[in-house]
Amino acid sequence: MKRVDAMRAIYADLEAEGRVVVTIMGAVAAELQGLGHRPSFFYLQHAMGLASSLGLGIALSRPELKVIVLDGDGSVLMNLGGLTTLARYRPRNLVHVVFDNESLLSVGGFPTATSTGSDLAAMAKGAGIPRTAVARTLDEFTTAFGEALRANDLTTLVAKVEAVGPAAFVTDLSLLENRYQFQRHLQSLKEEA
Amino acid sequence: MPVSVFSSRLIYDALKGVGVRVVSALPETWLVHLIRMAEDDPEMTLVRLAKEEEGVGISAGAHFAGVKSAMLMQNHGFLASVNGIVSCAQLYRIPLLMLISARGEFGERDPWQTEGGLVTAHLLDALRIPFDRLDAGDQVAHRIAKAQTLAYSASRPVALLLGRDLMWEDA
Repeated sequence: MKRVDAMRAIYADLEAEGRVVVTIMGAVAAELQGLGHRPSFFYLQHAMGLASSLGLGIALSRPELKVIVLDGDGSVLMNLGGLTTLARYRPRNLVHVVFDNESLLSVGGFPTATSTGSDLAAMAKGAGIPRTAVARTLDEFTTAFGEALRANDLTTLVAKVEAVGPAAFVTDLSLLENRYQFQRHLQSLKEEA
Repeated sequence: MPVSVFSSRLIYDALKGVGVRVVSALPETWLVHLIRMAEDDPEMTLVRLAKEEEGVGISAGAHFAGVKSAMLMQNHGFLASVNGIVSCAQLYRIPLLMLISARGEFGERDPWQTEGGLVTAHLLDALRIPFDRLDAGDQVAHRIAKAQTLAYSASRPVALLLGRDLMWEDA
């Protein structure tokens, strides 16, 4: 499974009304922008590990929104304690997708510990995340993602993907433009409610 | 435990007074009453962290969501948060209100706290984070309010150092 195909398969769910997407840097951000940027998408282009914490901050502050965090193995490994914080507050409006390509693709493809047996879904389960799943094919992924959205409970879904990414990671979207557009979008949703 | 309940209440009330509704924290001795007050307050969302850097992400998310927040941590927690502060809060211009207990200063008895006390103010300066101190009760409310005002007008992190004279009722 390629990560970009997985994101394409769930893109309609990501851009739907009332959904908010927070991604990590690098390939995930560039590929999702390639599929089509939306004001409800925020790309944390640095601060590895904090995308899930940022998603938690939104999910706790705005329970009416559904927050989808698109994380990666390298980022999760930098903030394993964050899994325990997620589990502790158990935001039922947060779906945590971890694209696990077993490498730090954006910085040269060096293998991460998931390439030598570290199991992120097992760690999430051990941290206390109530729903965890692993998907190895596109069908498994879309099914598990749909179930996670419907479950209305905190889910960590680990998608095992190939270590391939886009040709370039820098896009036309400025970091601050994205940040302010995203904040204004969340504000506008609040005013509509 | 001679941590000042009175001063903790002053600080907590000041945070409530400036509209803070999300507090992220990692327990440390000087912060126990503050954390308990946040926990007991149904209007406050307390997020207990595994590591302080997570709090930067939580505050950024709360800010995007339209909720005011603060981080409560020891200066060693500030040291542990530096990358998040630089590459999330500063890069993305997040108004971040950090209350940092200033351990390791004059009067410190715990040897393990002493190195942090030597570097905290220098590191805040190096990161160009505006900061002030809270050493007396009559400073608390207006300095917290002014710190938050600057955080929002500058869209940057700011810090208040909680001093021993404020937090600790020593014999």
